[in-house]
Amino acid sequence: MDQILLQILNGLDKGSAYALIALGLTLIFGTLGVVNFAHGALFMIGAFCAVTLQRILNISTVTTDPTKTDFLGNPATIKTPVVETWFGPEMGASIIDWSVPLAILFAIPIMAAVGFIMERGLIKHFYKRPHADQILVTFGLAIVLQEVIKAFYGANPIPTPAPEAFRGSFDFGTYLGYEANAIIYPYWRMVYFAFSAVIIAAVFAFLQFTTFGMVVRAGMADRETVGLLGINIDKRFTIMFAIAACVAGLAGVMYAPINSPNYHMGMDFLVLSFVVVVVGGMGSLPGAVLAGFMLGILEAFASMNQVKAIFPGIDQIIIYLVAIIIILTRPRGLMGRRGVMEE
Amino acid sequence: MSTSNLTRRGLIKNSAIAGAGFAAPTIFTASSAAAYTNEPTGGSVTLGFNVPQSGPYADEGADELRAYELAVEHLNGGGDGGMMNTFSSKELTGNGILGKKVEFVTGDTQTKSDAARASAKSMIEKDGAVMITGGSSSGVAIAVQGLCQEAGVIFMAGLTHSNDTTGKDKKANGFRHFFNGYMSAAALAPVLESLYGSDRNAYHLTADYTWGWTQEESIAAATEAMGWNTVNKVRTPLASTDFSSYIAPVLNSGADVLVLNHYGGNMVNSLTNAVQFGLRDKIVNGKNFEIVVPLYSRLMAKGAGANVKGIHGSTNWHWSLQDEGSKAFVKSFGTKYGFPPSQAAHTVYCQTMLYADAAQRAGTFNPCGIVEALEGYEFDGLGNGKTLYRADDHQCFKDVLVVRGKENPTSEFDLLEVVEVTPTSQVIYEADHPMFAGGALGSCNPGA
Repeated sequence: MDQILLQILNGLDKGSAYALIALGLTLIFGTLGVVNFAHGALFMIGAFCAVTLQRILNISTVTTDPTKTDFLGNPATIKTPVVETWFGPEMGASIIDWSVPLAILFAIPIMAAVGFIMERGLIKHFYKRPHADQILVTFGLAIVLQEVIKAFYGANPIPTPAPEAFRGSFDFGTYLGYEANAIIYPYWRMVYFAFSAVIIAAVFAFLQFTTFGMVVRAGMADRETVGLLGINIDKRFTIMFAIAACVAGLAGVMYAPINSPNYHMGMDFLVLSFVVVVVGGMGSLPGAVLAGFMLGILEAFASMNQVKAIFPGIDQIIIYLVAIIIILTRPRGLMGRRGVMEE
Repeated sequence: MSTSNLTRRGLIKNSAIAGAGFAAPTIFTASSAAAYTNEPTGGSVTLGFNVPQSGPYADEGADELRAYELAVEHLNGGGDGGMMNTFSSKELTGNGILGKKVEFVTGDTQTKSDAARASAKSMIEKDGAVMITGGSSSGVAIAVQGLCQEAGVIFMAGLTHSNDTTGKDKKANGFRHFFNGYMSAAALAPVLESLYGSDRNAYHLTADYTWGWTQEESIAAATEAMGWNTVNKVRTPLASTDFSSYIAPVLNSGADVLVLNHYGGNMVNSLTNAVQFGLRDKIVNGKNFEIVVPLYSRLMAKGAGANVKGIHGSTNWHWSLQDEGSKAFVKSFGTKYGFPPSQAAHTVYCQTMLYADAAQRAGTFNPCGIVEALEGYEFDGLGNGKTLYRADDHQCFKDVLVVRGKENPTSEFDLLEVVEVTPTSQVIYEADHPMFAGGALGSCNPGA
């Protein structure tokens, strides 16, 4: 039982990332009808917002220390972060320590701008083109974006730690009557899950309870009629693209301490997120969230040694296997709507 | 009066034959005038540097390229000469190789076997490379080594740590300077025993490909021989990015040591995840829980940040070594590029020097001459102490470094500290050792 609880917890944080990316993908598909293969790159850019802020906060004044030498025997250089000079060593160190949560504020305008530029500069020219063209151009864009990131930051992963207060893990087992270490879970992953839940709730609330959201939902259902009512739906959809970019970007920012960001991380999530969208049902926001968590948990279960002992290699194929079964039995996915992606 | 036999039909026929001749890959149709593939005929000789310039190991590949350029500069008489000054062989004088200026071409392996073979083939066929070297993956090294054997050129492997490279997949035209999984295990095991005792339960997470398998086999055998119990060996997909679901069950398995048979991005992520789960803070079986990373790379360790602190592993070379060869190389590389070289850079620099020296001693670029010159060759002054290129399997035998993630690094390069230099005698094995069984070295192939 403890193993099952453990893998449910593991699945929740994986599912959180899948759900957030798939949510953004579905928002874009549902509003603009665009299959955005560059969405993983937005997740990656979000993570690199955290890296960038960390680097900005670590901008340092350099002095030499004649008493020490570097690897070539020259006087060693001592770097003192400017924020420590400005705010004092303790406060400065705390600001640097909290760079990932602070990067949320840093990432929002950047991701909104990236989303806006991406939609207005490139993707809008492909609205009336076949999905195959959209896939090609957005996939090409994803490769360009990741190569740009690689050119600036290199190919190696860059450590972006969580604040000191959230390092380490929580022993759930002892609270549930199990032995110590039976069910442990890192604090930051709990934060990630809570953060994802808040973002998902905020997106749903925004669409459900605001006039803007109501118009967008109406536009998703019948774009032409909303246009005939004199509403500039294109403008609202552009804003939705920027919001979707922010959702993916924030998912990336908060994921940075879980796995050190690298230029390829978007691609690692992209295919799985598309599977999530298809399983959830194209254009269905609740479906994307449900499928994200469901597939995350299933993937975690498939990694259990007991499961792998019966089905070797199941951890590598489980998501695709489930996707095949669901598409065969429910061609529109778990919560797909009639007429979406259907001729 | 002259008569011409040229007819339209004859012209087409001859053109077709000539065209077919030109179109055929030169790799398999070397001129009968040449004694071997890509025999240099002008005033220069071309070497092919096949490294990952894109993909996840691109930074390691970039460091390899820097070292190659430095080696070429030194061979051609530029710079301060680097390790040419400390190398026990004094054949190289800065006058190129056999009086020919050294030139080079580069290829991008992308850390994919098919891409690496294609780029190596292109450098051999189109650029006339007489030797191929480089790489950051055992899968790639084995694939390119096989191609070089067929093509009749020498392959001087870069980073490849699988036992198979000089085990079941060894080839006469291929040479490995880097150490291997067995040697890592042989060096690490005594240190682990002295640090953590002989009553331990180890849990292995292993990258599911040739390098991971041989690494796991070697470490498990070495630790079991000193009394450790292997609790579980779990294979993880190479494409994994989040190892949480593999790490979470470790504490509950009764294991008190986690061995991460991972490299590159896998290592960075699995180690980061293990530390996140608080494994290093736990007491299991009355002992501190420990993590071991058998193969360390400083470039990769950087990606794991502070998570490497206090974690033991092995490495082929480290810039902090104080022998004359290492100091000369660090000075030369550091002056040119502004930071210390990685083990990848050191390995490929050595391989280039060793190839050049072998050609110089053999008096030819003929692969069979090179093979003869390198087989059983003993040398010193290249940063690893006395070293032997064993004739039986073309594996280098030298001291192996056991390192530990530094607790208080003084710079961004100061991530690892050497805790023990394990002598060659402790890591050497018989050529017919079961872990290296299968396959045959064969005979050298000059190509033509």
